[in-house]
Amino acid sequence: MAEEIIGGKLEEQEFSINMGPQHPSTHGVLRMMLKLKGETVMEVKPQLGYIHRGIEKMCEKITYQQSIHLTDRLDYLSAHILNEAVCLTVEDALGVEVPERVKYIRTIMGELNRIASHQLWWCAFGMDLGALTSFFYGLRDREKILDIFEKSCGARLLLSYNVPGGLMYDIQSDFQKDVKDFIQYFKKKLPEYDDLLTGNPIMQQRTKGVGLLTKAQAIDYGVTGPSGRGSGFSCDVRKHQPYSAYSKVNFKEILYTEGDSFARYRVRMDEMWESMSIIEQLIDNIPEGDFALKMKPVIKLPVGEYYTRVEAVRGEFGVYIVSDGNKNPLRMKFRSPNFSNLAVIDTMASGQKIADLIAIGGSMDYVIPDMDR
Amino acid sequence: MKSIINYFKEIFGAILGLLKGMKVTGYYFVHPGQIVTEQYPENRDTLKMFDRFKGEVVMPHNENNEHQCTACGICEMNCPNGSIEIISEMQVLPDGKKKKVLSKHIYHLGMCTFCNLCVKTCPSNAIIMDQTFEHAVFDRAKLTKVLNQPGSVLKKGVVE
Repeated sequence: MAEEIIGGKLEEQEFSINMGPQHPSTHGVLRMMLKLKGETVMEVKPQLGYIHRGIEKMCEKITYQQSIHLTDRLDYLSAHILNEAVCLTVEDALGVEVPERVKYIRTIMGELNRIASHQLWWCAFGMDLGALTSFFYGLRDREKILDIFEKSCGARLLLSYNVPGGLMYDIQSDFQKDVKDFIQYFKKKLPEYDDLLTGNPIMQQRTKGVGLLTKAQAIDYGVTGPSGRGSGFSCDVRKHQPYSAYSKVNFKEILYTEGDSFARYRVRMDEMWESMSIIEQLIDNIPEGDFALKMKPVIKLPVGEYYTRVEAVRGEFGVYIVSDGNKNPLRMKFRSPNFSNLAVIDTMASGQKIADLIAIGGSMDYVIPDMDR
Repeated sequence: MKSIINYFKEIFGAILGLLKGMKVTGYYFVHPGQIVTEQYPENRDTLKMFDRFKGEVVMPHNENNEHQCTACGICEMNCPNGSIEIISEMQVLPDGKKKKVLSKHIYHLGMCTFCNLCVKTCPSNAIIMDQTFEHAVFDRAKLTKVLNQPGSVLKKGVVE
């Protein structure tokens, strides 16, 4: 062996290593089996199951109200939107219409959730690329949103604020002022993000042209959310199938056609501006009224199958309920965006360098508990 | 010639981009008052959580050691994780009627996910969410709590 090395006879050969399940850049317990040739990635095989909790199965044993708090624990960074998805499905199945006030508050909270999630993604993406500064700046601004959540919902991350038929509590009296203050504050701070990271030449060189995903591939694999829109795939459920109060606001769907990591980065940065504009349109017009419908203590859905989709932060999230008329569902299936987004990583990362795989993973914004469920 | 110009252009652009980022960090370097840091263990005395913050479930008692729990068991039924256990006993009233009386309201803090369903569904407002948050203990058995105080009785006038 030693002779071969000294004599320069060592042949190049493929070798496989494991990235994860404990690796800081996989943002959770995701194990990726890599086939490498030198520093070039030949194949990526994601292995799931390290954080499988059987949430879908647990939902079959509990009532619809109780299953809300489990959906928090799927994509914990868009907890409010996932709660809303279950509530919308149950309300749709029962055929009830929630008050306008509830719709407005749900939309505002959902968009705040989207901004908070994108801020954290920005922190982590900078850190993946070696820019630790971004981490502190992003978390500083995210704290303001979490305070708003804590004041009205009583929790910072796992909100459980939606209940079938409305909301857990009414909003606090100074909610509108807090949100408006935050929008004013964040409008000044968001350009800082661009100065710090977007214009950085190291960051641009590491993301431009890296991890190309064509529109056809995005559609084939079902890549939705900002990752799909970075490839020009128009897939925003808020636009195509408006729910809650999205039909009442003007906003544009951010589309970039480059399909590389930098395009996905820009989609998310622009989405923060759009979310702020949605909140601004709604915050002054929250109608008076009840914050929840009077629902029966035990909700029984009529026999049938129900499906609702919403636009979670990372893509299209769907809830599929099969009911046999009992107080708990016969089957509850979640269509989680991260699972489909992960499937495409082999296509994107093959042929790239191993450091690019980190940038691609960061730009796809994976949340592992959402994949495994 | 063109490639040389491009080479220097790229270097110049890169330096400009870096300086732009340095401007932001430099601004906060000379404005330390704008940096937000929560001095957590030091500010314990003044730190106040928001009213709705879900810390743990408690059962408020009044000055006569009376609570409002009728031992109906609705919170136990609504808890998704089984973190509430209600142990009750039947008491025979002087007029011969039987009445359910709470003997122990057991709350497993270690299993609680703070979904607020028990507090929301309680018909007599016997339990509320407290704002405490320092829950770390050395022994797991300490996370199992009995919420009703010893010797406490049901407040008069509370009906199911």
